[in-house]
Amino acid sequence: MSQWIFIGLFFIVGLIIPVGAIVVAWILGPKKPNPIKMTTYECGVETVGESWVQFKAQYYIFALVFLVFDVETVFLFPWAVKLGSLGMFAVIEGIIFILILIAGLVYTWRKGMLEWA
Amino acid sequence: MDFLKDPLKVAADWLLGIFASWGMPEIAAQILLGFLGILLLITLLMVLDIFLVWVERKVVSRFQDRIGPNRVGPFGLIQPFADIIKLLIKEDITPGGADRVVYNLAPILSMMSVLILWAVIPLAPTILGVDADLNIGALYIIAAGAIGTLSIIMAGWSSNNKYSLIGAFREVAVMLSFEIPMLTVMLIPTIFAGSMGIVTIINKQDTWFFFLAPLAAMIFFIAAIAELGRAPFDMGEAESELVSGYNVEYSGMKFGMFYAGELLHAFTFGGFWAILFFGGYRFFGLELVNPLLAIAILFFKAFIGYWLIMWVRYTLLRIRIDHMLAFNWKFLTPVAFVLLMVTALMNALLADLPGWLYISGMFLSNVLLTWGALEIARHYSRGEREKVEGAKQVVEVHH
Repeated sequence: MSQWIFIGLFFIVGLIIPVGAIVVAWILGPKKPNPIKMTTYECGVETVGESWVQFKAQYYIFALVFLVFDVETVFLFPWAVKLGSLGMFAVIEGIIFILILIAGLVYTWRKGMLEWA
Repeated sequence: MDFLKDPLKVAADWLLGIFASWGMPEIAAQILLGFLGILLLITLLMVLDIFLVWVERKVVSRFQDRIGPNRVGPFGLIQPFADIIKLLIKEDITPGGADRVVYNLAPILSMMSVLILWAVIPLAPTILGVDADLNIGALYIIAAGAIGTLSIIMAGWSSNNKYSLIGAFREVAVMLSFEIPMLTVMLIPTIFAGSMGIVTIINKQDTWFFFLAPLAAMIFFIAAIAELGRAPFDMGEAESELVSGYNVEYSGMKFGMFYAGELLHAFTFGGFWAILFFGGYRFFGLELVNPLLAIAILFFKAFIGYWLIMWVRYTLLRIRIDHMLAFNWKFLTPVAFVLLMVTALMNALLADLPGWLYISGMFLSNVLLTWGALEIARHYSRGEREKVEGAKQVVEVHH
């Protein structure tokens, strides 16, 4: 339990330091805003249209593939921890699980989802 | 003499005594001590971070045949402090079109995600108060790293700038993709140690895990570089086309947070590499002499990892994003999965054999797997090349 208290303290101190640095910079710095200064910087060319637009769907596909593999790899951690004491049976089971994961990867691959179309 | 042997413990006991004399309950005194220890550690990290800026600038200039900062102080050592003063007195600008809350939160989260990684890094075998040996240490590293990914997409999206948005998308796509092989090879030290706790992983490394799984160490190193978004995987901030990617709109201390966070992150990953595969603070029993020596050993090893990351960064060219993702999904990920299966199988098969046979069996299986994987990749890429350059090749053959 006390470990988690230290982790919590770490989060708090880890937040205070960057917040402190930015606040100090905000206090020390000059404040002279003007409309030109606040415009979006796009190499001096005037900004055209919105930036919050539809984006390439491929990014979404990669995120989706990542999600599947990430969750399933996290499932493997308990298996890896107990592998030494569980013997050959657990090893075979784990290998079957990983083979199913690889089958998923092959399926995504064959479907052309990994191509940057 | 006690003080020289373990100064941190002596200081901790002394402080506990003072807190107790104030009539503080035991648990509150422990927590206050922990807080002070964490504050000390993070302050030290920030000071280290300042010098990392100097190290990085010096090293890059040497790679590019320049001298680097050499005017301010001896060897330009005071230069980073001048930079910090400059960052502090710059105007704090939030672009008009930006989403204010998210925009200002992103650099804070970026720095925090790196600092909290140090919660699970054991600095020395006997240190008190500062470190927690979490029994899910390996998972914690991944989870804390994910906050960094979040901060990048937050920065890119909230800036309301097309360059930052494209940069953030690329960076996040790369970071997410390379997290899979990284997670997979982190399972391998877990298998050897039988625990996710970082301290247990270090204690089990009587032989460095590098000798048991050299391929895993290499995959972790490559994935770490991609995770950091550094060259050759720095498509997210390709300065020749996207100015500087997700942090275009940031200036002053907010930019400083991203920059310092990136450098400290690189150093931290050097530390993880040392911990998972090179024995962390262990060095032939030297770590038991004095906790400060153990910390020095860990930092030295982390610096070697950091140096290698810099070496790769300033030597290799940037890779196109589709090649980068194809390299991950079609090569690194399958290799990591196969390596995991082979390691699990060999671990069970060789468990009862004497130590030297176990180590050499593991090492050889890794070498064989590396050779096989590279051979398959070579065969495949030769096929690809012949598809593109086929006609030319035929002409050459018939000459």
